[in-house]
Amino acid sequence: MNQIPNSLRSAPDTSGHFGAYGGRFVAETLMPLVLSLEAAYEAAKKDPAFHAELSDLLKHYVGRESPLYFAERLTAHLGGAKIYLKREDLNHTGAHKINNCLGQILLAKRMGKTRIIAETGAGQHGVATATVAARFGLPCTVYMGEVDMERQKPNVFRMRLLGAEVKGVSSGSRTLKDATNEALRDWVANVHDTFYIIGSVVGPHPYPALVRDFQAVIGNETRAQMLDREKRLPDLVVACVGGGSNAAGMFHSFLDDAGVEIHGVEAAGDGVDTPRHAATISKGTPGVLHGARSYLLQDGDGQILEAHSISAGLDYPGIGPEHSWLKDIGRVKYHSVTDQEALDAFMLLSKLEGIIPALEPAHAIAHVSKIAGQMKSDRIIALCLSGRGDKDIFSVAEKLGEKL
Amino acid sequence: MSRLKDKFAALKKEGRAAFVPFITAGDPDMETSFAILESLPAAGADVIELGLPFTDPMADGPAVQASSVRALKAGASTAKVLKMVEKFRKKDKTTPIVLMGYYNPVHAYGTAKFVKDVAQAGVDGLIVVDLPMEEDEVLRVPARAQGVDLIRFVTPTTDDARLKRIVADASGYLYYVSVAGVTGTKAVPEEEVRAALTRIRAATNLPCAVGFGIRSPEQAAGIARIADGVVVGSAIVGRVADNLGHGKERVVAEVLELTRALAGSTHAARHGKVPA
Ligand SMILES: Cc1ncc(COP(=O)(O)O)c(C=O)c1O
Repeated sequence: MNQIPNSLRSAPDTSGHFGAYGGRFVAETLMPLVLSLEAAYEAAKKDPAFHAELSDLLKHYVGRESPLYFAERLTAHLGGAKIYLKREDLNHTGAHKINNCLGQILLAKRMGKTRIIAETGAGQHGVATATVAARFGLPCTVYMGEVDMERQKPNVFRMRLLGAEVKGVSSGSRTLKDATNEALRDWVANVHDTFYIIGSVVGPHPYPALVRDFQAVIGNETRAQMLDREKRLPDLVVACVGGGSNAAGMFHSFLDDAGVEIHGVEAAGDGVDTPRHAATISKGTPGVLHGARSYLLQDGDGQILEAHSISAGLDYPGIGPEHSWLKDIGRVKYHSVTDQEALDAFMLLSKLEGIIPALEPAHAIAHVSKIAGQMKSDRIIALCLSGRGDKDIFSVAEKLGEKL
Repeated sequence: MSRLKDKFAALKKEGRAAFVPFITAGDPDMETSFAILESLPAAGADVIELGLPFTDPMADGPAVQASSVRALKAGASTAKVLKMVEKFRKKDKTTPIVLMGYYNPVHAYGTAKFVKDVAQAGVDGLIVVDLPMEEDEVLRVPARAQGVDLIRFVTPTTDDARLKRIVADASGYLYYVSVAGVTGTKAVPEEEVRAALTRIRAATNLPCAVGFGIRSPEQAAGIARIADGVVVGSAIVGRVADNLGHGKERVVAEVLELTRALAGSTHAARHGKVPA
């Protein structure tokens, strides 16, 4: 067993390891760039001007802080713990992804990079990247699996409106994993001028750490808002986990609070006992993909398996290394929720609260729906509502057999 | 004894560069792939890079990606690839074989068991694309203990300070990646490679093979004049793809014909006899 440091908030170590996970498993061509990114990030962290510019943009461009909303009717319906929703869906571009993109594009500027690339699954990270690229006047190419382009059409159009070039990826499962491969290939061929804005807490060090840090605003605000509203910390913090960025950002502030239980919710697709799911932590094993050692969906020969989820943003056979570590040391419990349960939760929140959630956080809602009723009414749950569901209405309509 | 050391020493004496073809093991199927492998030395291969297929070859361009897909579809596995090497080794005791791939299949096999089994099968070196020097100790050290070299990369982005650290623990040979990019997409820039080789030779006595972007006999000759080895991959696996519809014999024959042309021009280069 790895030694557990005094504070769980100080990981990773200087070589980018969260316990046995993380690291920098990239081609030699990329290594010098990865090291210079680390140096640039360390310098930025110490620079008040960097933080000032980022805070200003988060406030006036994104609309932070986002509300912590007490979901009264959902709470009453489930008949147990009080449920608060951290409203990342109200951010500019409709999800938490923009928090990270702004941080990274400021780093790109500091490093003198003149071209932006990104991968996207649901298209939310692609939209957020295209948005900040437009805002800073940099050309932007977004890689997206062809399957995802089909099920997230509105976001493809949005990215194009924002001036980004969307490149369809036809290799492999034609989803997020393959888009990530293609973005890495672009990066290695254009190291001199290109900054790769990774969309989750994955990839080689320092990405998992810096994306987590840029998303930590979610948990930091939640903590302060909760103390303000309830004069105490929540009993349970919940977030959905694809690559794990909204979860990492939501959890970070609470990792050292022993009284706060933390749940990550993965996509179980058709069910974790079927071959069609994306429950990397629940059903995967440690391996190395996209620059880091972490849990993976793979076969016995180390070949990567395809993930399946109704939600394009969770349809990824890997997960951030920090989550693998938090799982192994038992600090965070990882659960999973099926497509059907997520769909039901999507409808439930829409009807009860007038909030149409993205399919990704609908997984977190579904998980809370299962457990809130068994908790006492003086217990408090804080759930990260990572994004809004506008992008999903076409695929949900199709599931329901309706034509738009 | 080390087959890699012996081979590069012998070539140095002869005053010529090594021709190093890359094929993906199991492409387009195990049987055809073995037929290619066993004929490569006679066609002029001095060292063979044998690709261990992977579902997500991030550093490879379309040609090598497609070869990996074909091999996996046809049922290639690490165990089968090692069997293939073992069978090759029964007849050929001198041509070094270097397994090239990504770390996850190695990790899944179990690093300790992997190095033991590859050594037993007759593998001489390993090239693991996504294992930079910061992460390679886990494999490099046990591999060396089995007499297997972990081949390190030097690239256009490697500066002198890094180069020094790379060569310090390197063995076998160095692999100079001629362009920043994935395999098989940009053409090899001869003048830049020349400058890089000067830099590398100042840092080490290890032989240096050059790859990425060499497709034609002319390019091979150009690199053979300045490097210790010429690696060609995408053009060769591309030849497999081009002949898939025409039967296995044709695939083997076409790959060998290309190998002969590339090897011939590599071997003749330093005497100024470059066949058209
Ligand atoms: C709204 C929303 N939530 C969650 C995710 C999953 O990503 P992560 O796990 O990095 O938060 C996505 C990804 O596209 C998303 O769009």
